[in-house]
Amino acid sequence: MLNQVVVIGALELGSIFAIMSLGLYISYKVLNLPDLTVDGSFTLGCAVSAVMTLSGHPVIGLILAFISGLLAGVVTGVLTTKLKIASLLAGILTMTGLYSVNLKIMNDSPHISLFDCSTVFTPLSVFGEYGVLLFIGVVVIVVTLCLHYFLKTQFGLALRACGDNEDMVKASSIDVDIMKMIGLSLANGLVSLSGAIYAQHQAFSDSQSGTGMMVIGLASIIIGMAFIKKDQMAYQLLAVIVGSIIYRGILTIALQIGIPSTDLKLLSAILVVVALILTKVKMRRKEVC
Amino acid sequence: MLELQDISVIFHPGTIHEKVALSHINFRIEEGDFITIIGSNGAGKSTLFQTISGAIAPYQGHIFLHQQDITSLKEHKRSRFIGRLFQDPLKGTAPSMTIAENLALAGCQGHYFSLKPILAKQRQQMYEALKELNLGLEERMDTKVGVLSGGQRQALSLLMATYAKPQLLLLDEHTAALDPQTASKVLELTDKIVKKNQMTTLMITHNMQDALTYGQKIMIMKEGQIIDVINSERKKDLTVEQLIHLYSSKTNDYNDRILL
Repeated sequence: MLNQVVVIGALELGSIFAIMSLGLYISYKVLNLPDLTVDGSFTLGCAVSAVMTLSGHPVIGLILAFISGLLAGVVTGVLTTKLKIASLLAGILTMTGLYSVNLKIMNDSPHISLFDCSTVFTPLSVFGEYGVLLFIGVVVIVVTLCLHYFLKTQFGLALRACGDNEDMVKASSIDVDIMKMIGLSLANGLVSLSGAIYAQHQAFSDSQSGTGMMVIGLASIIIGMAFIKKDQMAYQLLAVIVGSIIYRGILTIALQIGIPSTDLKLLSAILVVVALILTKVKMRRKEVC
Repeated sequence: MLELQDISVIFHPGTIHEKVALSHINFRIEEGDFITIIGSNGAGKSTLFQTISGAIAPYQGHIFLHQQDITSLKEHKRSRFIGRLFQDPLKGTAPSMTIAENLALAGCQGHYFSLKPILAKQRQQMYEALKELNLGLEERMDTKVGVLSGGQRQALSLLMATYAKPQLLLLDEHTAALDPQTASKVLELTDKIVKKNQMTTLMITHNMQDALTYGQKIMIMKEGQIIDVINSERKKDLTVEQLIHLYSSKTNDYNDRILL
């Protein structure tokens, strides 16, 4: 049932979504801000990447997708800090606006097929069936190492303090607004990069590609943290990656045993609910002990 | 060094909830002053601190620091030269970060966009500073602050607030939430750090004994006004009983809490 191709495929997708989950980790865990921009910025990455791939520049597509994600995050950041809109609503507003922007980027067509186009994965066929996984794996490792280093720098510490104790940060000389903006920007940059790789991997971009991505990222983080409980930064980042791969694994098994793909979003939502309840029950047990 | 000119703070002006929190405050603080502030609840003590630190914009008046008008300077910019400590020990530290990480933040005053990790030299400085607290925290630098006790966290907050040597230190009942023993230890630490660095300090307290023991001057506040400043000359021979008597006669406030 689970042949090699299926397993490698699941690992590839899991790793792609790990990049997105790392982005979500910044907004959701580090900054403590539920950021719904994600659904829009993922599609944004898909759209930019697809259009650039069509015109023959897949690598530039990835870079531009990352940059456009950074900008999308700044928009949400400005809405929530400078204009004082609640962060949930600010994310939804940016996401809604991005829907039209994404269609514009994709030349007003809701679907772009990259079939027969040369992507970043094309030259990797020389490495055989593991080439694609190798490439994505390297990207995940590089992103994780950069993030780990960054979160330990002076700048990273200030960012973490913003999500940890805003009162303290306000009494220190850190500008909370700027920190939130930069954090949200970085988060959405990674989400968009993940979308860009996803589009080239799947050889299409759809205006609906990003729907439910926030939930997938959240599920990955919660599942990962349930398995790896150490709270050092390195383990937390590792948990996010492992969580993404496990999550993808569960979905792959679900597909293999015949659950229709249209039911996957419902399954994702239920999975998050179950994981959240489980962590709550565990915490209550701890309190009793 | 710090001068308040005709400062008034009014909450909800022009509505039925209008409340004058500070009324035409004029005050000068000299370099190196350590002033304790007493006054009943609602006297405007905390509002005074929030106005000095920039959390509240005054309705009228000006604040000068070293002859420079800082009235419209933003809160986070003022924090570079104003250190603050609150009553709640949870407010001054980030719980999911380690002691070293918290101190690194306190030490980098203004250089928040630096992409350098914590250096060994900085860790050595932190170690020395923590050692002076005498709480054994220097051996637990990589412990998350969230697992420390309230007293330990407040001592750490104190160290953080003074780590970058601010020109002015504002202490808002910073020992009120601690048990008496820990409170006196934190107060002694405060006195030691303030004296060592000759920091200009304002300390709000409800404890008359502490108000007498620490600092050179006592400021009494009531209903948004400074009604008396006891200078070091007068303070020298003052007893707790006399201070309570003086306070009560000035403020007509005989509540139990102040008698403690």
